Amino acid sequence: MSLQVNDLRVYYRTLKGDVKALDGVSFSMEDGEILGLAGESGCGKTTLGKSLIRMDGRMRHMGGTVELDGRELPIGDDRRMNDFRFREVSLIPQYSMSAMNPTRKIGRMVRELLRSRGATLDLDELESRLSLVELPHAVLDRYPIELSGGMKQRMVMVISTLLDPSLLIADEVTSALDVSTQKAVARALIGFRDAGFVKSMIFVTHDLALTSHIADTIMVMYAGKLAEKAPATAIVKKPRHPYTKLLLDSLPEVGVRYTEKRLAGIAGSPPSLLDPPAGCRFRSRCPIAGEECVQEPPMAEIEPNHFVACWKA
Amino acid sequence: MLKLDNVTKVYKVGAFGGKVFAAVDGVSFDVQAGEVVSLIGESGSGKSTIGKMILGLASITGGSITVDGVPVKPGKDYYRHVQGVFQDPFSCYNPVFKADRVFQMIKDAYYPKLGDKEWDERVRSTIRDVRLDPDQVLGRYPHQLSGGQLQRLLIARALLLDLKLLVADEITSMLDASTRIDVLNLLAELKERGLGVLYVTHDLSLGNYLAERTVVLRRGTVVEMGATGKVFGDPLHPYTRQLLAAVPRLHAPWEDAAPTQTCHYHENAASGAMFEAEPGHLVACAQLDACPK
Repeated sequence: MSLQVNDLRVYYRTLKGDVKALDGVSFSMEDGEILGLAGESGCGKTTLGKSLIRMDGRMRHMGGTVELDGRELPIGDDRRMNDFRFREVSLIPQYSMSAMNPTRKIGRMVRELLRSRGATLDLDELESRLSLVELPHAVLDRYPIELSGGMKQRMVMVISTLLDPSLLIADEVTSALDVSTQKAVARALIGFRDAGFVKSMIFVTHDLALTSHIADTIMVMYAGKLAEKAPATAIVKKPRHPYTKLLLDSLPEVGVRYTEKRLAGIAGSPPSLLDPPAGCRFRSRCPIAGEECVQEPPMAEIEPNHFVACWKA
Repeated sequence: MLKLDNVTKVYKVGAFGGKVFAAVDGVSFDVQAGEVVSLIGESGSGKSTIGKMILGLASITGGSITVDGVPVKPGKDYYRHVQGVFQDPFSCYNPVFKADRVFQMIKDAYYPKLGDKEWDERVRSTIRDVRLDPDQVLGRYPHQLSGGQLQRLLIARALLLDLKLLVADEITSMLDASTRIDVLNLLAELKERGLGVLYVTHDLSLGNYLAERTVVLRRGTVVEMGATGKVFGDPLHPYTRQLLAAVPRLHAPWEDAAPTQTCHYHENAASGAMFEAEPGHLVACAQLDACPK
């Protein structure tokens, strides 16, 4: 088991009180697994990704543990996490456009970065990885501004995984890209896993259709809690949580026309996480909510590897 | 209603504007009243530039854009009939003012003589038209409303005028899946009421859901246009096929588009005309960059 997260709680400090962005999240990941993390904005998916590598100043670790390869990650301790960052846990940020130093040629930047981590640059290895993502070796002699968005994204992917981290967090890496570049980047991610550059990967996105192509397992979050976690095909074909069902129903696919099939969104909006309601958090928008939903539903394994937090599932 | 005829937009680039770059190159299409036309293209295809030229926010280098026969002329008379809604609803509002101030600005500019009570009625009924509850959204600050609500308020603002054409530039890209579809359904309802909508997007599935006709742009030129069912159901241009193959689908595996080498439309390319494969379904030369045009 590569990653084990137990009852993780991360709150944001604000003037009005604590925003409970992650409120008791538990899950585990196998070696070689790509976990797709999906949900609406504000559901806590980025917070989860960030807390595994670096919490920003407003975030506070309120409880729960994270274990990576049997070792506990000191996620609340910014200093001690430095030993793990880049080597054990690495990140591909959403805006790779601004992730690279604009005043250095890429090759020099990579060398400096590795030196600062006490590692040496293996040029052959770097070049073989560049060809895996179909980047010419000449990019190392260019400035970031000379690369297109998709190329920068792939370059950052190569840099983040240079030290073969155990866990890679890819946060909305394809959101800013065109469909054809998105496909290339997504396939490169799978290629990295297959080549063993990363052991496991968390792929954070709001695009369920894209996740279903990349991920082995999909985890759907709602308002700071897990709603459903299952193998990708099960989520797409047989979703059990009403939120997952509604979310899938609201996706227009190529071939679906307004005149033929009228799709509907989900009425209402997610609850405020400053003071979230007791019980199931999806209750107020849920079409099948009943009396038992006042109690908080536990995450139950209703089929092998299919976890759902819903009384009605 | 809206008619683009051989529209060109050239930007000067380089250190002293020494080089030119054609962002839009000879684009012609039209939008009828009561119709949604989706303008699809990747980044840099010139789709937003076309939207901006229609709205008078960018000058037109060559060709003509007319609405009901009248050329684009930025000013009150023009904006009474043609309005735009853009990608980022959060930056369209001034955060220190209440969101409904956008309605007051419309009143001050276009209906200064109208009574407050009558105006209030109109605002409320228009807000109900965009499927919002006036009591929930009026008097709120932008940060208290969701992206979907803000985006629908901007559409309501445009509807308060005698609107004929709405340019919707990526209006759903920043919204969540659960609210995005509501905004799309709203556009479809407006279309049924006789509004012409130019829906600019990079998302093929959204364009496919909504539009009667589709125009596919690549590097400033139209590669394929026609009825949405035809363009997406039977794409003729390799670029359209490539785009469609790249769209991730829920229930089907990712496919690779077979590259087309031969071009049936090549002889038309030299004259710059598009080939009419079927009535209303136009295709450009398929040899992409090797095209002699």
